Amino acid sequence: MNAAAPTADPAAATGGSGPASVAITVAYGFWIFLLSDIIMFSAMFASYAVLTPRIAGGPGPRELFELRPAGIETLCLLFSSFTCGLGVLAVEHRRMRMFFICFALTFVLGAAFLALELSEFSRLLAAGAGPARSAFLSAFFSLVGLHGVHIAAGLLWLTFNVAQIAVNGPLEFVIRRLGCFGLFWHALDIVWVGILTLVYLMGAR
Amino acid sequence: MAARVASYTAGLALALLLTAASFLVSKSGLIWAPGVPVGLAVLAVAQMGVHLVFFLRMSTGPDNVNNALALAFGVLIVTLVVAGTLWIMTHLNANMMPARALMEMSR
Repeated sequence: MNAAAPTADPAAATGGSGPASVAITVAYGFWIFLLSDIIMFSAMFASYAVLTPRIAGGPGPRELFELRPAGIETLCLLFSSFTCGLGVLAVEHRRMRMFFICFALTFVLGAAFLALELSEFSRLLAAGAGPARSAFLSAFFSLVGLHGVHIAAGLLWLTFNVAQIAVNGPLEFVIRRLGCFGLFWHALDIVWVGILTLVYLMGAR
Repeated sequence: MAARVASYTAGLALALLLTAASFLVSKSGLIWAPGVPVGLAVLAVAQMGVHLVFFLRMSTGPDNVNNALALAFGVLIVTLVVAGTLWIMTHLNANMMPARALMEMSR
């Protein structure tokens, strides 16, 4: 090492192997965002748990929720998480055919999840159990609806980035964004595990 | 590449197993009824761990220290928010005078 200018060596300045690459810092920053998003969801979970008994003489979770569609939604989201991971891996290794197949599957499974959720919402609304019926239903629609809005935003994001790659080829920065999308999608699956357990499995017992 | 495919496949298999176990616990009388919520919570936390390790690929390796520390902080805040809310609201419910008694007092 050059003793005259020790700070010129990035390894000496940081005590490691130099500044982290863009891919690592972007993933770290996005991870911080995801954690803040999960903290927001935790407030929704807490209010749902507190408000579950407050049904104001209306229908409760046992009468309203059905386990079969919730189970199918869980499978949709789990498999779309799996294909999303494979798709990101494929585009990082420039396996373009596998990338498009995986992300098409991710989109279809995510859209199927959303369709099932919307059909459940319309079933509840038709039964007179809308968000204005009781504090319990307000909490239910805000918690599950917030997750659904995240899924819808994720589908838009996915479509946009896959179209960019289809038109412009596998650009480095788009691949990085798809990597962030993968983190987002896996985190939404984690939130859904909480919803399935707290809302559906504990509610429909 | 093969290592990551193996990780995703293992994660999928474990998550399917844990989901099936959750449905089994909630539907059948396999577990003593008052213990079912605890069992479901344990299975959910286990599945979240599986997602973190196999899908989000969290580890304690040297290039992952920042991510793991941020996750630890996030878990701390989530625990404080959820457990704190439940704790405070349960005590409020237990300590509040019933509405009818309150109205009679103010007469």
